Amino acid sequence: MSMILFPLAGYLLLTFALAFWAQRQSKRNGAGLEEYFLGGRSMGGFVLAMTIIASYTSASSFVGGPGVAYRLGLGWVLLAMIQVPTTFLTLGVLGKRFAILGRRLGAVTITDFLYERYRSDGVVVLCSLAVLVFFAASMLAQFIGGGRVFQAVTGCPYEVGLFIFGLSVVLYTTVGGFRAVVLTDALQGIVMLAASVVVLTAVVHACGGMGNAMQSLKAIDPMLLSPSGAGGSIPVPFLLSFWVLVGFGILGLPQTTQRCFGYRDSKSMHSAMVMGTLIIGFLLLFMHLSGALGRVLLPGLESGDLVIPSLILEILPPFWAGVFLAGPLAAIMSTVDTMLLLLSASIIKDLYVRYWLKNDLSRLPPRRMGLMNLGCTLAVGLLVFLAAFNPPDLLVWINLFAFGGLEAVFLWPVVLGMYWKSANAAGAVCSIISGTGVFIALTVGKLTPLGMHPIVPSLALSLLAFIIGGHMGRPVPPEVAAVFWEDGGKK
Amino acid sequence: MRSRFRQADREALITLGLYLFFFLWWAAFALGMGAGDPETYSYVLGMPAWFFFSCVLGYPLITLLLWLAVRRWFKDVPLDGDPERIEDKEEQQP
Repeated sequence: MSMILFPLAGYLLLTFALAFWAQRQSKRNGAGLEEYFLGGRSMGGFVLAMTIIASYTSASSFVGGPGVAYRLGLGWVLLAMIQVPTTFLTLGVLGKRFAILGRRLGAVTITDFLYERYRSDGVVVLCSLAVLVFFAASMLAQFIGGGRVFQAVTGCPYEVGLFIFGLSVVLYTTVGGFRAVVLTDALQGIVMLAASVVVLTAVVHACGGMGNAMQSLKAIDPMLLSPSGAGGSIPVPFLLSFWVLVGFGILGLPQTTQRCFGYRDSKSMHSAMVMGTLIIGFLLLFMHLSGALGRVLLPGLESGDLVIPSLILEILPPFWAGVFLAGPLAAIMSTVDTMLLLLSASIIKDLYVRYWLKNDLSRLPPRRMGLMNLGCTLAVGLLVFLAAFNPPDLLVWINLFAFGGLEAVFLWPVVLGMYWKSANAAGAVCSIISGTGVFIALTVGKLTPLGMHPIVPSLALSLLAFIIGGHMGRPVPPEVAAVFWEDGGKK
Repeated sequence: MRSRFRQADREALITLGLYLFFFLWWAAFALGMGAGDPETYSYVLGMPAWFFFSCVLGYPLITLLLWLAVRRWFKDVPLDGDPERIEDKEEQQP
């Protein structure tokens, strides 16, 4: 037991050390909103790639996803591989414009950016609300996943695990801000990568080679080898709607798109696109394939969610099990830290500074910002923590619900805001309200029109609402158009 | 020289093109090759052929294409401020 806990504790200590180092870096650069929430826009390529991956891959990539692959087989691995383009799609479509406009406007959050584009309080309030609600839901899923992994591994009660790891995330996020979050993301990314290689190699080895592993799966149920999954439970419309939900829909996830504000130069972005794709593909393939093949080694697991931790415990010697169990925990913590920071940014920058201080940053001394941030992070962390004490049993689904909700709110306002010159505030508000409304109604009512995930009709309808609403609202003011589409100097 | 925004738009289009390519590759092998009865599958390196091509080969391939596209078409542009404004600041200095 202690052989497992030792590396885990060491890993947490390393994370804290990075956070304090990051805090000193920040102090040297002068405290302030842009420094605290964006690290002074100085990320290099490797850190940029890692932070996008780590914020994106979460409990559902390391716990829930492989868990479903365990039950359904290679079909779910196929579904997971839709997420390979996440990094290059986010950076390639939004990256450069976001970086240039973010600097021009001094934007820190996506909501900030949308305010400058639409000049509408409705948009700001709706977006801030969405961030609060859906980030909280998503963090809840992460906390539960973390607690479960901890419980499975150490045998300590679920609540103890929840306490230790919840507290660690809240603390290091508050201490170090953005720099701490992205640095620990890079560390966590490396841990995840190493864990995925070791786990898959060990699983394939224990099965007696890849060919044997596949044949054993086939002996359990031939459909485990088919793209439609065991029992044909992944029909084609469902598969294709995941292409929307975790495919191009990710352009609407504020936790990854916000990273486009924070990198140093074009070169960082270019290398992050290539590195990020290579690394995330690796992670997704290895973890999900391990989950699917895990069925051969551990056929009778009660909950699929435990397949990765159980495999690690089963196959590796205790010390190394401890090291690589840090992998799933890293995936979880690196998502929670990003969300905590963005939630706090949303409360402070989007609501408090904009409305209480009338957008006058000089009225916010660094000391007060530090205190407020501490307060927000602790309060939100605590709320989610309390909610996680009585967990619902639907890990993947809570997370996907939060994903879909964020996409229904942000996808069209962000993408059309940048690429459609006539997109206006009325359109954005209509789109947000109708998209979110339909998404929540369909999800709560458990309706899947034509076998599709609710996100597909929601996004289709919110696009339509955007266009109709846009035609009825006022046109975009020329000064906004000038900021967003005219490039000073180079013609 | 092209404006930074026009360049960014071009890069966004290239990205979307690659995204579409990845999607078609992924879907064609999975839904085409994988459609039949699992008993009739052929195998590559021990894995069902559809899985090997769609999932295992697809992502290194897209990474390679991406690397080529970034080298060939993506331009290094300044991100800070507007080039004009930067010049203004320099003039104001004593």
